[in-house]
Amino acid sequence: MSFTPQLPPVAKLEQKTVIDLVANGKRIDDRTADSYRPLQIQVGLIEKANGSAQVSLGKSKVLVGIKVETGTPFPDTPDEGVLTVNAELGPLASPLFETGPPSEQAIELARVIDRGIRESKAVDMKSLVLLKGKKVQVVFVDIYILDHDGNLIDAASIAALAALASAKLLKAELKGDEVVYKPGLHPLPLNNHPVAVTFAKVGKTIVVDPVLEEEQVMNARLTVTIEKNGNICAMQKGGLSGFTQDELKTMAHLAVQKSAENRAKILAAAKG
Amino acid sequence: MPEPKQPEKLIDDKGVRIDGRRLDQLRPIKLEVGILDKADGSAYIEQGKNKILVGVYGPREAHPKHIALPDRAVLRCRYRMAPFSVDERKNPAPSRREMELSKVIRESLESVVLTDLYPRTTIDVFIEVLQSDGGSRCAGITAASLALADAGIPMRELVAACAVGKIQGHMALDLSDAEDKYGEADLPVAWVPNANLVTLLQMDGILTINEFEKGLTMALDACKTIHSMQQEALKKKYLVIKEVAEEREETEVVA
Repeated sequence: MSFTPQLPPVAKLEQKTVIDLVANGKRIDDRTADSYRPLQIQVGLIEKANGSAQVSLGKSKVLVGIKVETGTPFPDTPDEGVLTVNAELGPLASPLFETGPPSEQAIELARVIDRGIRESKAVDMKSLVLLKGKKVQVVFVDIYILDHDGNLIDAASIAALAALASAKLLKAELKGDEVVYKPGLHPLPLNNHPVAVTFAKVGKTIVVDPVLEEEQVMNARLTVTIEKNGNICAMQKGGLSGFTQDELKTMAHLAVQKSAENRAKILAAAKG
Repeated sequence: MPEPKQPEKLIDDKGVRIDGRRLDQLRPIKLEVGILDKADGSAYIEQGKNKILVGVYGPREAHPKHIALPDRAVLRCRYRMAPFSVDERKNPAPSRREMELSKVIRESLESVVLTDLYPRTTIDVFIEVLQSDGGSRCAGITAASLALADAGIPMRELVAACAVGKIQGHMALDLSDAEDKYGEADLPVAWVPNANLVTLLQMDGILTINEFEKGLTMALDACKTIHSMQQEALKKKYLVIKEVAEEREETEVVA
């Protein structure tokens, strides 16, 4: 069951400072309302994974690993591979996170990233079929949060795309009933490059890429995922209040611009 | 029940959808308030083949105690689909989808409930989807805000919700199951009319920015219609109670 979360006491004390700064066109970390924190992307850190990327967005740090294994397709999509996205918000990353089964925040994060990749048809699912209805390749996207300083959705989205774009796999073929792997690596076939852009409404102002202090006092949050042609492929509103129609339109337009900037950085980093 | 076959066309040459609707037409909606005995408030909605029952309990003592908040009531929400509500039996264990929807539905209701009047308590909203036919989260929100009102919980206003989507390249209101499954995009929206706030917004599929803007306007217009239906549903129950009470008062005066 989902219930109203508790705000840490410090956040309540900081509330006024953070809101006043944003209202005066400033932010707690000296950014403008429409700018991202410094973004760093490193790919291929985990040799045993098919693909991996570590992203730092300001002080937020996210690691994504891609594993590709053989498995069975879903009965309703016999001619497609399988894509699974999971997120771990472990206690290492923040005093706000606890051990135990995935929290609703972890589930929401994973499902928003999943929607972006799935709905933009980023991974070429048809190319993952080994034997129709029987054997396909399964792509696991595992999101590991290492340090939580706000806007985990964008950090995870950037890391997931960088990891997918740099992933390499062995050529798998079916000999009788056996899956055999041929030597030589080839890239994971990608058809699209979805990038999430998250906004927060702090007081009455919309800011992009909210830092943790802003997330804790925001009225509402909106993630807009944009695919490579500038269309929207996923959206998710969060937070206890909402947005006006005009605010939503403004954010949709700004997301197109911001996603293009980040996409260029991601693809450059993935090429290495 | 076997899944129905994929229809050849979702919209025919005359612009009519598989269930006979126009692109901007809602499915028939039936709303009822106060149909459960034990719950503090309840509501039932039928929208197309959706059949959803919502029960509200509270404000009541928080259990477990550590979730209680010192300055406001905790709003709790559970969206659940019955195993028999879909074509293929749904496993009764809570799915990731249900957990996500419980969260976004709660967040769509938080801003209208005057939670600061009841510190250290919980207000519980249980949404049971008995039969699902596309747009069940929105129908759930529409019914949930009626159930909250029926429980007598002070609210700023009612929340109305409706989805739009894209089928065969056209924006269409209130997608049915088949349209959602074989269409190109789904955009559920919840709206708080007087505050002019969209409190639930999700999207999957592909939409251009223009399609999104058009869809949003269509959804908000539909939310206005649904909002007045909600008010009628409340009046239907409570005006009768008021009349009965007034009649009794009159007879007492005469006696």
